[in-house]
Amino acid sequence: MAEMTYRDALNAAMCQEMDRDDSVFLMGEEVAEYDGAYKVSRGMLARYGDRRVVDSPISELGFAGLCVGAATTGLRPICEFMTFNFSFLALDQVINNAAKMFYMSNGRISVPIVFRGPTGAALQLAAQHSQACETYYVHAPGVKVVTPGTPADAKGLLAAAIRDDDPVAVMEGELLYNVRGEVPDGEYVIPLGVADLKRSGGDVSIITHGKMVHVALQAATMLARDGIEADVLDLRSIRPLDVDAILETVARTNRVVYLEEGWPFAGVGAQIVALIQEEAFDDLDAPVMRVTQADVPMPYAKTLEQLAKPGARNVVDACRRVLYQPAGSS
Amino acid sequence: MLQATKEMESGVTNGDGSGAAEEQDDAPGDVDVIGGLAREELHSLLGEMLLYRRFEEKAEEAYAIGKIGGFCHLHIGQEGLAAGAIRPLRADDLVITAYRDHTMAIAKGITPRAAMAELYGRVDGCSGGRGGSMHLFDPTVGFMGGHGIVGGQIPIGTGLGWAIRYRGDDQVCVCFMGDAAVNQGAFLESLNMAAIWHLPVIYVVENNEYGMGTAFSRVSATEMEARSGAYGIPAHTVNGQDVLETYRFFADMAERVRGGAGPQFVNAETYRFRGHSMSDPVSGTYRSKEEVESHVQEQDPITILRDRLMEADLLTQAELEAMDAEVRAVCEDAAEFADASPVPDPATLYDNVYAEVNAHGRLFLDGRGPGPAAGGPGGATHG
Repeated sequence: MAEMTYRDALNAAMCQEMDRDDSVFLMGEEVAEYDGAYKVSRGMLARYGDRRVVDSPISELGFAGLCVGAATTGLRPICEFMTFNFSFLALDQVINNAAKMFYMSNGRISVPIVFRGPTGAALQLAAQHSQACETYYVHAPGVKVVTPGTPADAKGLLAAAIRDDDPVAVMEGELLYNVRGEVPDGEYVIPLGVADLKRSGGDVSIITHGKMVHVALQAATMLARDGIEADVLDLRSIRPLDVDAILETVARTNRVVYLEEGWPFAGVGAQIVALIQEEAFDDLDAPVMRVTQADVPMPYAKTLEQLAKPGARNVVDACRRVLYQPAGSS
Repeated sequence: MLQATKEMESGVTNGDGSGAAEEQDDAPGDVDVIGGLAREELHSLLGEMLLYRRFEEKAEEAYAIGKIGGFCHLHIGQEGLAAGAIRPLRADDLVITAYRDHTMAIAKGITPRAAMAELYGRVDGCSGGRGGSMHLFDPTVGFMGGHGIVGGQIPIGTGLGWAIRYRGDDQVCVCFMGDAAVNQGAFLESLNMAAIWHLPVIYVVENNEYGMGTAFSRVSATEMEARSGAYGIPAHTVNGQDVLETYRFFADMAERVRGGAGPQFVNAETYRFRGHSMSDPVSGTYRSKEEVESHVQEQDPITILRDRLMEADLLTQAELEAMDAEVRAVCEDAAEFADASPVPDPATLYDNVYAEVNAHGRLFLDGRGPGPAAGGPGGATHG
């Protein structure tokens, strides 16, 4: 184990995979000479050269499609979006080509590609640079989506994504890049589809993914002051979805809050709620509540931005509601 | 005797012979080659185009009786490009195109049987009945689809070229598109990247003058030939109705690109003899009957080659009829094969959505797809 940042853990995963497989290359805006817009690819140009670490023009549609095309020949591109906000320009390539080509060709052409970059809000970046993009990707059959919330998960999940034979979107958190944590040394791969119980409580389940893990843990600490112990289940992988882990925590606590950074309408939480009521209805002692971003574009002003983001206080309140307790001091 | 109904488009009957006198100068009767192609190769090109024509006519027929569904875009009138641009390529060269893809697929090596069975939506189709008319695939013969979104295949074709260069191979990629696709951002972004990375890609516009029902000139600020200049990519124009010109051009161009000439842009002038798709009349609101008829009479790539070969005494009527009978039989066989092929097994609905079904977690959330067991009343997740 070594302590490192989330940023360096991602870097370690890419280097780990590029060392073992020449078919892996990294392409994106500013990934080479600039060391990455968020310095995730620091040092990689020097280590692998410009054949494998490639600065693209600002052409999301173009270079995402180029990477999809390269993947159809068996290469394993890591296609970095400076942020997933910009990937909307490339969604035709993701949804119509990367996601569907294996199916349309009846399994003759696979697309082993990774799309990665930060998703969600940072600080005062306003509406176009602050949105959670998971839903757009997870909606399409053919795509897998993982959302590492810790440095260790970042290393293990990105490595698994690169080795996977399907398109995988690895959605990172801009505000997580500086977060430090223990990361296993050497080759480290976390299988896709395995959730992680980040905190074991028993009174209420906070299920979440990505950066919101930290908000959930903060809320759990606040609840603990009032004697309420929460499970915090980090999905880590949204598709494939660790349904067993979800049903397990629901069976233990009978009360669930889903926390996500995105908007509520047809969001990830909507799917989780549907799943729980379909498959664990009898385990529930209260309706499942969701905590999401306010259903508005992200405002710039600090005060409004705070209001719009899902915070620990919102989670605590939701937990109390599913426990049928009045809003407490926590 | 050949049927008269398809006379003008089939190119098989000798028409009124009006073209014979015009080309006598460059087609003396005592040579056995034209443009460096021996008699056998010339016959092969004519036979290929005839095959494509008959295949599309068969598809048209099958569509009319409901054997083929959905969108279906015929290549009739544009066969010179399938034969002229693809036949000179090496088996391991890569071809990618849009949705008017049947003859392109056959030219690259997908069998008429596998192509027709795909149009029929059957298991023996080259895409197992998953793709249909617009999505023919077979990477083993270098045919990479078959893509339905205008311009969407251009970045992918660019990526095919990128992969060739990454591996240090000497293949080339020929990326076809319709004329309307050059107004998509995907085209511009792709040409820029192909230029900066010197990719072995030949971008070919099948310029049939219309994007569906909109004339290129009505929605385009500059001429086709000007479109690649901004990226420093050489532009070339070929007459796609003259298969010999097209063949010679691509034979030469493929070797030049293989040798490191970098990306090229080809404006291949052609004309579509049918509607945009099966629901679109041949002529009507956007082009006149007279315009279509004049192209059919004067610009049929099959008729043009047939006349040249006959004038040069390289083809007899009997040979032509034998050739036509042969390709008709191939297409008849393809249709019979397709019709006899089973429809896809319902149990395969979820096959090939993912290449790798991970050991953990559920990929399908519709309550009926395959996946690990789960309890609860609504948990019928076993397909």
